[in-house]
Amino acid sequence: MAEIKKSVLSKAAARRRKNNMEAKKEKTPRIYMDYGAATPVDQRILKKISRFPAEVFGNTMSLHSFGQRSKGILEESREIVAGLMGAKPQEIIFTGSATESNNLTLKGAAFANRERGNHIIISPIEHSCVGESAKWLESQGFEVTKLKVDRYGLVDPKEVENLIKKETILVSVMHANNEIGTIEPIEEIGAICHEKGVYFHTDAAQSLGKIPIDVNKMNIDLLTGSSQKMYGPKGAACLFIREGVRISPIIHGGGQEFGLRSGTVNIAAIYGFAQACALCKKEMSKESVRIVKLRDKLIKGVMDKIEGVHLNGHPEKRLPNNANFWFEFVEGESLIIQLDLAGIAGSTGSACSSAKLQPSHVLLATGLRPQEAHGSLRLTLGRWTTEKEINYVLKVLPGIIKQLREISPFKKQEDY
Amino acid sequence: MAEGLYTKKVMAHFKKPHNYGKIKDADGIGTVGNLVCGDVMKLYIKVVKNKKGQEIIKEIKFETFGCVAAIATSSAITDLAKGKTLEEAMKISKSEVAESLGSLPPIKMHCSVLASDALIEAIYDYFSRNKKGMPADLLAKHQKIFKEKEETEKRYKDWTEMEKKILE
Repeated sequence: MAEIKKSVLSKAAARRRKNNMEAKKEKTPRIYMDYGAATPVDQRILKKISRFPAEVFGNTMSLHSFGQRSKGILEESREIVAGLMGAKPQEIIFTGSATESNNLTLKGAAFANRERGNHIIISPIEHSCVGESAKWLESQGFEVTKLKVDRYGLVDPKEVENLIKKETILVSVMHANNEIGTIEPIEEIGAICHEKGVYFHTDAAQSLGKIPIDVNKMNIDLLTGSSQKMYGPKGAACLFIREGVRISPIIHGGGQEFGLRSGTVNIAAIYGFAQACALCKKEMSKESVRIVKLRDKLIKGVMDKIEGVHLNGHPEKRLPNNANFWFEFVEGESLIIQLDLAGIAGSTGSACSSAKLQPSHVLLATGLRPQEAHGSLRLTLGRWTTEKEINYVLKVLPGIIKQLREISPFKKQEDY
Repeated sequence: MAEGLYTKKVMAHFKKPHNYGKIKDADGIGTVGNLVCGDVMKLYIKVVKNKKGQEIIKEIKFETFGCVAAIATSSAITDLAKGKTLEEAMKISKSEVAESLGSLPPIKMHCSVLASDALIEAIYDYFSRNKKGMPADLLAKHQKIFKEKEETEKRYKDWTEMEKKILE
């Protein structure tokens, strides 16, 4: 009798345990707030390209119908991508990544215009693919000057004007910064470059599809865009090259993409990229209003609920989806992992999270001390971010900060 | 998930760190690391004599500003040192700390060094305060840590000055 009772009891206990576990499982949501790092492919795009690898596989360089079908889709894609930024289709070339587009811009423009000069100007907050390309060019005999930025990460167009000299061939300033979201005065910088006869490149990997871009109105000669930051597939990016701008290829071969980027094109990714551009063009204005509202709620909530928190980047001139803070006395990697355990995906500029063990060059350029940069948190919202998710972040973040501060040896500004 | 980056043991210590906080009337305090690098570890120890008359670490607590590995190694070393004689505690190596956590990613191995150094510094502080019989090997270890700290600070000073120069 006692034994029967025991087995019934243990069965009930097991069931309760199972229910509890399931409830627990449900309790931890999966909230993605790192859209600035990568975006999932929009299902509407996925539907259109899912059969491409098996069906639209012809080589665009082939003369037969298989090849010509691919070629037709490639040119249709070029037109759509050009349409998002007011460019002509023949001014767009496709590459494999924004990193490649930026490498092509710096190296290609430098080597194609060597007889005109050897001087390049970049901002100090460029993505590492621009910074490292510039560094490599220095080793090849080019001269690179880095601009300054203010505490919000803004470049001063006047400084660009002052630094341009007769040897200057290229100025590269990103449209919007990937970490702090600050939007640069591109139109003014472009006007100065044009007046001085210098090529102007802008890395718009973070901004294309999120805020309006018109390459003519904004005086842009070269522009980098990325599919995987705007709900398109990875493996496709573009470089806008204004007609007449001289640039040398860095990948040589069969002469695809007007001879500027050899190699068989990734037609599925490119068509997906084009569809992503089409969707952004259609939905951008409505989408950004929705996301700004959520983002502002997030920023206000964090600043109100937590003490010792500071906003990185410009309060107004910033990407609709970007929020970036630094928290006193807290280290970013610990913060990211705690958030991840709570189901929230974000990112940090802390040294501990980087392969180089150095804090974010962007945050340091805005004047933050290393210990302050270590405490940074970037949350980037996107197409599927909901108000419920924002509320959840606002619910759990204060507790996580409190816990990490309890462990921290620093409690006051003076000893920090 | 975070679990892929670190072992289960590391994550367990990180989620629920053991012995964190301050000991107000500590007998020894060891502080290591560098704010610029992003890791600062502070260990507090309370020392008593056991029945055999040996000095043992009765209580140990930590405060750490740093990454997951820094917090986990801090927590782990408090477990390893608690109840040990000072002589035994001094011998706890960085590899012992790392092994007690399963393993650490190669790039995070310096955190285990930080933890064992912090303990050495806390014990060194205890002996310095009491001005008695500083063991020769403890002094040597402290001097090594001190020298390395100076070098790191110099390296980072050079580096931040270089950055500053570039920005100017």
